[in-house]
Amino acid sequence: MILFDYTRAATVADALATGRQPGAAFLAAGTNLVDLMKGGVTNPERIIDITRLPGLSGIEAKPDGSLRIGALARNSDVADDPHVAKTYPMVAEALLAGASAQLRNAATVGGNLMQRTRCQYFTDAVSPCNKRQPGSGCAALGHATRIHAVQGWSEQCIATHPSDFCVPLAALDASVEIEGQGGTRSVKLTEFHLLPGDHPERETVLEPGELITALTLPAEAARFAGNARYLKVRDRTSYAFAVVSAAAAMILDGGKIGQARLAFGGLALKPWRVTEAEASLAGKAPSPEAYAEAARIALDGAKPTGEANAFKIELARRVAVRALTLAAAGTPARLPALPASPFGIV
Amino acid sequence: MTSTIEPVRHGSSIGQPLTRRDGPLKVKGQARFAADNLPPGTLHAALCVSKIARGRVKSLDVAAAEAHPGVVKVMTPENAPKLSKDPDLKDVPFTFRIDVLQNDKVRYANQPIAVVIAESLEAATEGARLLAPTYEEETPRIGLDAGEVFTPDAVGVGAPPEQVDGDVEAGLASAAKTFTGTYETPAQYHNAMEPHAAVASWDGDKLHLFMPTQGLAIAQGRLAGLFGIKPTDIHIDSPYLGGGFGSKGVPAGPQVLACMAARLTGKPVKLVPTRSQMYGPMGHRGPTRQTLRLGADEAGKLMALDHHILTASSSFDDFFEPAGRVTTTLYASKSTAIRHEAVRLDTGTPLFMRGPGEASGSVAIESALDELAFDLNMDPLEFRLANYAEVEPFSGKPFSSKALRECYAQGAKAFGWAGRPLKPRQTRDKDGFLVGTGVGTATFPALIFEGMARAEIRADGSGTVEIGALDMGQGAWTALAQIAADGLGLGMEELTFNMGSSDLPNAGIAGGSGHTATAGNAIHAAAQDVIGQLTELAVNDQASPLFGAGNAGVTAAGGRLTRRDDPSRSETFSAILNRAGRAKIEGKGKAGADAAAQKSYAMHAHGAVFAEVKVDPDLGQVRVSRLVGAFAAGRIINPHLVRSQYYGGMIWGLSFALHEKAEMDPRTGRFLNDNLAEYHVPVNADIPAMEAILIPEEDSVVNTLGVKGVGEIGITGTAGAIANAVWHATGIRVRDIPITLDKLLG
Amino acid sequence: MTIPIRLTLNGKPHAIDLDDPRITLLDLLRERLGLTGAKKGCDRGQCGACTVLVDGKRINSCLQLAVSLDGAEVLTIEGLSEGDALHPVQAAFIAHDGFQCGFCTPGQIMSAVGLIREGKAGTDPERIREGMSGNLCRCGAYAGILEAVKDASGRMEQREDAA
Repeated sequence: MILFDYTRAATVADALATGRQPGAAFLAAGTNLVDLMKGGVTNPERIIDITRLPGLSGIEAKPDGSLRIGALARNSDVADDPHVAKTYPMVAEALLAGASAQLRNAATVGGNLMQRTRCQYFTDAVSPCNKRQPGSGCAALGHATRIHAVQGWSEQCIATHPSDFCVPLAALDASVEIEGQGGTRSVKLTEFHLLPGDHPERETVLEPGELITALTLPAEAARFAGNARYLKVRDRTSYAFAVVSAAAAMILDGGKIGQARLAFGGLALKPWRVTEAEASLAGKAPSPEAYAEAARIALDGAKPTGEANAFKIELARRVAVRALTLAAAGTPARLPALPASPFGIV
Repeated sequence: MTSTIEPVRHGSSIGQPLTRRDGPLKVKGQARFAADNLPPGTLHAALCVSKIARGRVKSLDVAAAEAHPGVVKVMTPENAPKLSKDPDLKDVPFTFRIDVLQNDKVRYANQPIAVVIAESLEAATEGARLLAPTYEEETPRIGLDAGEVFTPDAVGVGAPPEQVDGDVEAGLASAAKTFTGTYETPAQYHNAMEPHAAVASWDGDKLHLFMPTQGLAIAQGRLAGLFGIKPTDIHIDSPYLGGGFGSKGVPAGPQVLACMAARLTGKPVKLVPTRSQMYGPMGHRGPTRQTLRLGADEAGKLMALDHHILTASSSFDDFFEPAGRVTTTLYASKSTAIRHEAVRLDTGTPLFMRGPGEASGSVAIESALDELAFDLNMDPLEFRLANYAEVEPFSGKPFSSKALRECYAQGAKAFGWAGRPLKPRQTRDKDGFLVGTGVGTATFPALIFEGMARAEIRADGSGTVEIGALDMGQGAWTALAQIAADGLGLGMEELTFNMGSSDLPNAGIAGGSGHTATAGNAIHAAAQDVIGQLTELAVNDQASPLFGAGNAGVTAAGGRLTRRDDPSRSETFSAILNRAGRAKIEGKGKAGADAAAQKSYAMHAHGAVFAEVKVDPDLGQVRVSRLVGAFAAGRIINPHLVRSQYYGGMIWGLSFALHEKAEMDPRTGRFLNDNLAEYHVPVNADIPAMEAILIPEEDSVVNTLGVKGVGEIGITGTAGAIANAVWHATGIRVRDIPITLDKLLG
Repeated sequence: MTIPIRLTLNGKPHAIDLDDPRITLLDLLRERLGLTGAKKGCDRGQCGACTVLVDGKRINSCLQLAVSLDGAEVLTIEGLSEGDALHPVQAAFIAHDGFQCGFCTPGQIMSAVGLIREGKAGTDPERIREGMSGNLCRCGAYAGILEAVKDASGRMEQREDAA
């Protein structure tokens, strides 16, 4: 870890002013940043500690029915918030399926959005990696592993985004509140992360010095509360990144699906939401055939990046079908002991 | 799961389910592991390791590292202390070649290529990064297909690579059913939770080390050779090991580098490798590709058992996973052959890892047996019983004891094996998961090495036993003290028990599941020596109530000697010594293999493991739902600790079957998962309800105490049982271990 | 240049001058304050051996920059028991053989204390397994760990009921 300057920001304005300096990085919990600094993957010269910024850790139900979650709210606080658990159960389930209790107690909402890929060629700090060192190439491309992308990748980068939390957020049309020199702006979560294209070094729409201040779940999202699940397939029962995951939710209306939501984790460099698949479910009675059709549409255009991850396409279809089936069966009154696990049958 | 443990009473202490004597220190965080020591003035060292697997280091930016605030010194091949002996010289048994900055050659990824020594850990770590090495890279040889196949001179520790008993081709030709299958097991890394730390300081030519080791005298000998000093001038403190599993059997290169860094700077140096730096210079379980050819007659009797193993060692040293060894002892077959071949790869040298050979071999042979049993339409357990080895195959020797039938019977009963459908994919639970069950036979040799101990009883009635034994979690602090207490006829309260230091008598290596046998029998012998001398004093003293009882006529217990023929006549140790004017009596004891007994008998521990798994029919995710193991391993010193050893072994078996696999990029030889997030070992949620049944077994041949080892046997049998259960659940036979969900999608 | 911070460490206030902003809480405890109970198993938040409570919650101390914790309350394994009397979780780990080598044990115990405080697992084995999954044990003492946490959790609940 390089020797950095440490400053503690007292106000958001403070943070924005210092955050614009070259080589600056915002430190919240540090569960990802400190890890990357230890690995020499990222070497910020200036750490701006934003943990004391006032007013950024609240979870607040707004009069318009939306929910505002401060960027510094801890993952565990959000997951355990009774309103979140009741109204956005798949958000809680995804959070509780991520990492470990220790990490969730530290990690923040904003940090979760900003977490970097687990691509081995990115984290080893030496392999050619266009994300780490633009123009150096993509070492993963010749030896893709099970964690690499099958959707939305480019010849420049085949990494995936590791977040669980972002998957239901994408499905529920969450938006990200961003504070910058020019004021506040709001970006839909589905548009917050960028696909690699020709510029994998650009990972989000954040401009240098901009700060995430909150997340908002719209009022509409609450309507899915009764039928919403997050399902995460893993290589061990807990404390593992997703091989493939999905958030599925629906509004049932007189025995028919009024609206459906479907997003995936583990497939791409961003949470992978497919509105066409969602649309295919609207108006249909919940059925295995309808789910299979939605799953088929959702994986349209999927392409493996190597032998080792081709299986994820079929797996993702099955995960989608299962997640939709679970969602249709109704959100359980209490989250299962093994949240989001296929073995987490209530 | 029950937590009641029945005492298996043999003496006052032996057989008692005592809790760990080191428990209070460990739960309070007061047990001092090597890296918990920080002598005054200690400098911190960090390794810079190679990012290539083959070639040489072209440059290191030493100036950049030295310019970093707090960096004291950078140790490279340019300035590293020259050693008294080439670290590649193998003139002493049990020597492994190590990379300790004697040249610029790179032989594997994560090989140490420099050490940065600094006033703080932070500075040392950043200094190592700033070295920014450049390399001359050669194409690495990675994977079992990358090298030229040859037959090694020996596998494991001196075992023959080929053994043939009968004509397997004839056996296969005459068989009613045959089966051929090829199984692969990956490279696995020990990943003890405690890294291979060393805190080294020199006083002239005397070296002091806080260092976890499974073999104090081996470490002393190795370091003495490298530094040209006397073994007795090396003092090693290793009271607690944070796990070893074989990887701490010999000093690893980084531990030697800590000694060199201390010598270079003249200050104490603490060097703790990072987790990823443990993937390379600390050994691993070599990968295998095993082809089993089996043939059986109509009745299910094995006519042929042919086990071919392809494994790998490093480009520069020898350790070949002896995966075929298990086949030479496990089942009766009209003909049996094993043959090991190997390739050389640009990896670190493999090493013994918990259940070396047996673990890898077991999963293959137990899988193959099930495949043939199914072809024969036979229950897998019946098939194993039909081929029960009454005498040891190959050698023809009788077993010193073998309660395997009882293990099968009790294990099957506890598990509820009876009525299991033969066909796969027959059972679903109420939630729709596929359910399958499987069995595997467990076995591990009952080894004993050479060891020594000393004991004394003092005039105040208290006693001491001392031995350079080691506790890496198996419970030596407790079990050996139990043996010591019974040997001296004292209660635990009157006993002082010391171990874990090189100043104490050499107790050999804590490995091969032989430490309790070795150290225990040495302790027992030392205690017998003391009691013998004490008896001599008493029975020849007219003032003693034991006068004339004869040396064999008394027993020692409760701090007294008592006449066997008249329990009312006894005397305290204290009274005997005081009357004789002796402050104490000292004794010594030795343990070692009994050559005559070894010539006449085969000695192994045995067991049977039953597994139930649930598999998601669509998603392929597997969860083991039940594990029952029944093991017979001679006398049980402490059932509480032994049960934990079995559990630990079974969890390693589960991990072998479902989780562990080191992945490398074949293009560079670099690891893709040299960390604990992606090199998966089981977490708590992976571990189901478990049961370990301790089958009583008496063995008067194996050694004086009648103990066999329990540390490794649990892995064997378990991995195969789980692989078989996954097949039984799904109908999919995965021969490429670990069994991950992608292989079960159908 | 040093950076002054204040910590309440095992109940006692400490004023600490950090000589380096890179120091993690784990390295502060282990290398500078002599509190070596918390262990370094991976240094990357992947094993849980370094678990301590910060402001009452279990976290991985290896990923926390000490400088950022100014004002925090830190409880380590050394501050868990009072004198010779063991905390119920510590006693239960001994009684149920919830460890073998003991290296991951301080982290396991602090994690269990955190889990019980969170109050969501109770004595439900599956919830305890999941809740303790952030603490790796390579020896494979998970069965004993489960029993120990279940036992201690039950006892501590009872004690609270009685109080």
